[in-house]
This record gives sequence, structure tokens and C-alpha cells, in this order.
Amino acid sequence: MKIDYSIEAPAIEGRLSIAQIEALIAKPLDSKPDKKFLLALSVSGSALALGAICVLMTFYFGIGLWGNNQPVGWGFDIVNFVFWVGIGHAGTLISAILFLLRQKWRTGIARFAEAMTIFAVMTAGLFPALHTGRPWLDGYLLPYPNQHGLWVNFTSPLLWDVFAVSTYFTVSLVFWYVGLIPDFASLRDRTTSKLKKTIYSIFSLGWRHSHRNWQHYEKAYMLLAGFATPLVLSVHTIVSFDFAVSIMPGWHATIFPPYFVAGAIFSGFAMVVTVLIFVRKIFDLEHIITVNHLEKMNKVILATGMMVGYAYAMEFFIAWYSGNPIEQFVFINRAFGPYYWAYWIMVSCNVLFPQLFWVRKFRRNIPLMFVVSIFVNIGMWFERFVITVTSLHRDFLPSSWGYYTPTLYDIGILIGSFGLFFTLVILFTKALPVVSIAEIKAVADGAQPTHHEEGGSH
Amino acid sequence: MEKKLFGVTALFNTPDEIIKAAKGVRESGYVKYDVFTPYPIHGMDDAMKLKPSKLGYLTLGFGLTGTFIALFSMWFTMAMDYPMIIGGKPFFALPAFIPVTFELTVLLATLATVIGMLTFFFYFPNNSHPLHDTTFMKAVSHDRYGVCIESIDPKFDITKAKTALSGLGGYDIQEIYYPEKSDIRLFDPKFIVFLIVVAAVTSGAIYFALNKLVYMQPFTWMQHQQKLSAQAETKFFADKFSMRPKVEGTVARGYIPYEFKGLAAPTTEIVNPTFPSEKNLALGKKKFLTFCSPCHGNYGDGDSRLRGQFPNPPSLHSAKVRGWNDGNLYHVLVNGQNVMPSYESQILPEERWAIVNYIRVLQKAKNATLEDIQAVRKEGK
Ligand code: HEC
Repeated sequence: MKIDYSIEAPAIEGRLSIAQIEALIAKPLDSKPDKKFLLALSVSGSALALGAICVLMTFYFGIGLWGNNQPVGWGFDIVNFVFWVGIGHAGTLISAILFLLRQKWRTGIARFAEAMTIFAVMTAGLFPALHTGRPWLDGYLLPYPNQHGLWVNFTSPLLWDVFAVSTYFTVSLVFWYVGLIPDFASLRDRTTSKLKKTIYSIFSLGWRHSHRNWQHYEKAYMLLAGFATPLVLSVHTIVSFDFAVSIMPGWHATIFPPYFVAGAIFSGFAMVVTVLIFVRKIFDLEHIITVNHLEKMNKVILATGMMVGYAYAMEFFIAWYSGNPIEQFVFINRAFGPYYWAYWIMVSCNVLFPQLFWVRKFRRNIPLMFVVSIFVNIGMWFERFVITVTSLHRDFLPSSWGYYTPTLYDIGILIGSFGLFFTLVILFTKALPVVSIAEIKAVADGAQPTHHEEGGSH
Repeated sequence: MEKKLFGVTALFNTPDEIIKAAKGVRESGYVKYDVFTPYPIHGMDDAMKLKPSKLGYLTLGFGLTGTFIALFSMWFTMAMDYPMIIGGKPFFALPAFIPVTFELTVLLATLATVIGMLTFFFYFPNNSHPLHDTTFMKAVSHDRYGVCIESIDPKFDITKAKTALSGLGGYDIQEIYYPEKSDIRLFDPKFIVFLIVVAAVTSGAIYFALNKLVYMQPFTWMQHQQKLSAQAETKFFADKFSMRPKVEGTVARGYIPYEFKGLAAPTTEIVNPTFPSEKNLALGKKKFLTFCSPCHGNYGDGDSRLRGQFPNPPSLHSAKVRGWNDGNLYHVLVNGQNVMPSYESQILPEERWAIVNYIRVLQKAKNATLEDIQAVRKEGK
């Protein structure tokens, strides 16, 4: 197999006409849900229901049902939060950063990745809310004039998180919706069902594909991409501050912000690959989400995986170089202490397996990339586990060392979080176009003027 | 009713054609026209000679507003309204305020850009535009490109516009009319019923939320806790009191035991150790009104507010009481007298003397002579 990487691979394969593209993308919306869809939905729905039961039990009995306690005050709740926020980052990277970098191949996957961002951030947001113990009092997290005369502490990273995650969610949602408006209009003019037409009309806001609108629209899209880019970097930076601003050995590290951002993109891309492999197959989108696109994502996974590996090494180096015995102990304990298994799962999944992607054949091999992407997801979950739990379980005072074991409720909520995420993803595939119709039309063959006949007037 | 013309439309098949058509329409002098394409076409801004979008100014303005709001509110809450030292940082800890400032800037800028674009630039939502539901709209929504010359254009003339469009290669040339307006009746019974239902549901929900829900577990805002509250009964102690009596043989802070306890009168004269300063008298007044006035009346006249539910106490302005020294008054207060209970456990010594001083003031005021009044007047000047 020979591939010439010096020419840009076409964004769409198979010379589809614009009408064909639209029909292909709109097909899942026009057809009734089939057995496979319902089966998938029932699996994810059961996981969601399990999580919901565990959450309701937690509401009723309190977070004493969970495994975290002194000295490990942050357990699965925080691990899951960081994991899911990280998953979200790939979507913004694809939709905003690659947009600014004028990467045409992003068009096929951007909508889906953005949707995953939104669902992942929704899932992530549950955990800090639950972690407060009395989620119905979470309004206290916001600064509002109250009868206590108190304000929130604006110098605390945990509060920065409140602002960062909620802003990230709002901006992602708005960005996603803006991208959907022209598609809603196309669907509105396409559907024959009266109910669907009303719904699409409402959401299309009356979009008319007018070029006088397109002009502002493109500008707005640019501006939003410009904002989403620093925003996505800020979010995981701030999440890493939750750890780095403390004085815990193992957390108090200046490498955390870039390390967390790289890890977030790494895990997010892996999740996107995992899901897209199915989506392109089930919805016959192989011409739009091509193997070339998957290969490009695998390259990103390889690159970010090595950044993460570098960070693991650098943490050890700094522990040694700092000459701080407590810091050194924490890292040796990480790799060879009671949680050694978690550490080595993390290293092998995140650093070793992605190395397979150096080989072109493996990068383009769908079953293999599926396996690697699953490993990366597991590895990245364990990374957060290792950071959170191993740093806490043995700190300065040996008399208060302990070993953290999650309870069944912790595990139930973790499963439930996957249930929530995948239920939303599955519903999304049937409710909205999984690929941006307008954007993909714009990159189809012959979709843009040739500019020859006018004698170079542009 | 006569139909009103909105404009004339034509369709084109390729992006090259639509660019050419847009140019052609503009060059024939039309200004109120628009081009419709299923996706943005490169080079169209130039073909239509559109001015660059001004949306960025909105973004900038609101972004800076976000920055300002964030910094101002953090300065107000952390440095002005409730300053607290946290982690040894200054009250206005700028580096620690950067994350929130950044987030708020981005949030406001984004929302302003999108909401501003949709409302001020597009006048959305607008689902009743004449172009909606036309075959023209269906085509440009799908895979065709279209031009519409609107009737409000100063140069507009229906036949000329049509020939111009067909001359540029357009096909399926159509006249688009405004839809007939269906008049909205405000007093439609259905609408009224709808309003009533909405009102009933919202008020019911608010009533439920504020009067019932907040008193239900777990929304009771930590009201029910596993601790003993002061006035409540408890099964934990044999006497069922949550408030505990003093442990035998201990002395509470500030409450030095009274040496003439239980005697009819102090055996040696107790000297008033305080000076009736303004502050002291203010304290005395406050404590007198709290502890003594329910029985003795606000001015010590013995006009109890208890209205006979309790033996009426005597006036504090009797010759007897006026003749007492401060020590005697103090003694009654601390020791009680017949049915009057002791206030030893409730009032601190300092406050007791302040009450005594205040009673002296009341007595003086009720029995003032002309000279006293003149003296006060003089001082007042
Ligand atoms: C529960 C009602 C009640 C309250 C409250 C009360 N007293 Fe009395 N007080 C009485 C009664 C009744 C008497 C008359 C006792 C008697 O029969 O000797 C009395 C008598 C007195 C006397 C003696 C008067 C006399 O002519 O013998 C003084 C002085 C006095 N009270 C001061 C106070 C002061 C100071 C306070 C506030 C700390 C106070 N009382 C609070 C009911 C009250």
C-alpha cells in the first residue's frame, strides 16, 4: 500500500454529489429505529439506570456509601470527573483548533466530536455536583448575595473549576448549535412529516441560506473557534490546578497544566475513534468519515501519547532532581507501592500500545485501532486514578496512611456515567445529523467556484 | 385581498454560475437582492461587494464587559464587602483572579456574538418570511443556488428583473408573494384557557416549591441534624432537657457568686463600682427594657404589661426605693425579693450595675425639680 502524504487526501471519497451527501447524512433521521439501535439503547440505558439507582441511594444515605474517606478524600468521583472532562476536549480540538488550522478533514467528524464534548462535559459535571454530598445545595457554588453575607472564594481552584466547566459547556453548546442552524434549515425543507417540520423550523430559527447571513455566520464561526481554542486549553489547565495548587507531593507540580491538556486530547481522540468506528459502519458514512481521517486521528493519538509518556518520565526526573525525599517517596510508591498495578496499567496502555501507530498498516487497520483506542481509554482513566489516589493514600504522616477501595456504589456510578454518555450519543445519532450537512457540502468536489473563467478577478 | 409581491427568484446549477449571477445582478444596479446557497461559497462576498462583517465589534465590546464585570465583582466581594485573608494572598489577588476573568470574558463574548448575530443581524427567529415553504427555498436548501431580487429595490420592475435573471442563465424564475396574514385574536377562548392553565400551573408549582418542597427531606437545608437543640426535649438525659444545668461546684465565666445570697439585705454596704457614663446608661437601658420592663413597665412605674397575670410589681419610684442606696437595688436584682425571681444567672455584674444606674436616671427624671430642669437646659446649651 502506497500513500502519498504530500497531497491532501480528499475530505470526501467516492465523488458523491451534494444531493447524495445530504441524503446519506439525513438517512438515519428519516428512517425508523431498527433492532440494532434499540439493542444498543437498551444496553446503555440499563447502565444508566444502574448509575441512577446508585446516585439516588447516595442522595438518600449520603456519600458515606462511597469508598473515599480519610486519608483518601478524593476517590472515583474526582477520577471520573477529570476523565470525562478530558474526553470532551477532543471535540473542541477538532471543531475549533483544526478549523483555525484549516484542516479540511475535520468536517466529517467535527459535529460528532462536538456532540461528544457536550455529552462528556454533562457527564463530568455530575461528579463534582454529587461529590459535594448535598447536590441540592450546589447553588452555594455561585456567587450570589445571600443571607449569610458570604461570597465564594475566588482564589480557589475549585471555584475556577465551576466557572471553567460551566463556561466550557455553554460555549460548546452554543458553538454546536450555531453549526446546526443551517442543517436544521436543510432538514426542514427536506422532511415530509408535519411534526418534524415544525420542530426543525423552530430550531432553524428561520434560516434561509442567504449569503448576507452566511457572511456574518462565517465570521461568527471564526470568532467562536477563536474563543473555544484558548477555552479548551484553559479548562483542563484549571482542572489540573485543582491538584497542582495544593501542596500534596505528587500533585504540586508545574508540569500539570500541559500534561493534563495533552492527556485530555489523547483520551478524547481515543474515545472519538472508538465511537466513530461504529458510527461510520452503521450509518454507511465510510465515504465521509474515511480511513484517512481515522489515520490522522491515530497520528494525534500517537503524538499526544508520547507527550503523556514524557510527562510521566519528567515527574520522576523532577522528583529525583528536586532532592525532596517526600516527593521521591511518592513517586517510588506510585510505581512500586500498593497501587503498582494501577501505575503499570496506565504506563502500558498509554505509552506502550500507541507505539503501534508508528506503522502505517496498523494506523489504518480498523480492528487494531479499536483495540488500541479502548486501551487508551482504560489507561487514561487509570492515569487519573493514579494521580488522585496514590498521592493521597500515603502522605507526610505514616500513621495516617491507608488503602482506598471503591465500593459497589462507586463502581455503579462509574458504569452509570458510561451509560449516560452512550445513551446521549446513541439518541443523538438518531435525532440530529451526525455530520454537518452544510460544511460537508462545502468541501465536496465541485462545490466551490473554479475561479478560472473570470480571468483571475479575485 | 390583493397579494403583495416580495420579489423575483431564479435558480442556478453551479457555483460558478451563481458567482457570475451575483455579479451580474449587482452590476445592473440592484441593491436589495440576496444570494441563496446551501453552504457559503468562496468569493461571494467579493462578487456581491459586501462590506466586512461588523460582528467583531460586538464580540469585542461584550468580551471587555465580561472582563470588567469579573474583575469588578471579584474586587467588590473579596476586597471590599467581605475581605478575608486566604493563603496569605492580598485581598485583591490579581493572579488568582485571572482564570475567572478569562472564563467570563469568553462566556460573554460568545453569547453576545451569537445572540447578537441572530437577533440584530438576522432578525431571527423569523419563520414567516415569504421565502419559506417555496420550491425556491427547498432547492437552495438542498443543492441549488438562487438569487432573489426584492420588490423594495428602487430599480425594481417585475419584467425587467425577470429578464435580467434569465439573461444571467437563471431558470425556474418565480414571483414570491407575502403570505396572507392570519389575524391573531387575543380573546380566543382556547388562548384564554391556555393562559389560565399556565397561571395555575406556575403558581401551584411555586407554592409547592416554597411552602412544601423546602420543608421536605432532603431539601430542609440541614435543618434536621443529629444534635440536641436548646429548647427541644431529648431522650438522652434522664430529665429530658437538652439544655444542661451547671455542673455542681463550677463557676461560669464572669458570674462570681453573690456574697449576700439569700439574705434579706446586704449586711455591709455594697459600693457601686461603675460610673454612669453615657455608654453605661445605654447598656443599662437596653438590659432594663429586656429583663425588668415586662413587669415593672418601661419607665419603672409598676404598670406591668403582664396585666394581672402576675402579682403587680411595685413602682420603682416609691420613696422607699428612692431612699435605698445602690447596693440595696443591686441586692434585689441579684437575690430577688418574695415573688420577684433572681436575675443572677442571666445578667452579668457589669450589666446589673448598669441597670441600677439606669433606674437612678428614671427616678431622677420622674421626680425632677425645677432646678434640675434648669441645670439640664444650661448644660444642653
Ligand atoms: C417577673 C416580674 C418581675 C420582673 C421581670 C422584675 N421584677 Fe422586680 N419585682 C417584681 C415584684 C412582683 C416585686 C415585689 C416583690 C415583693 O412583693 O416584695 C418586685 C420588686 C422589685 C424591687 C423592690 C421594690 C420594692 O418596693 O420592694 C426592685 C428594686 C426590683 N423589683 C427591681 C427589679 C429589677 C432591677 C428588675 C430587672 C432586672 C426586676 N425587678 C425585674 C417583679 C418583677
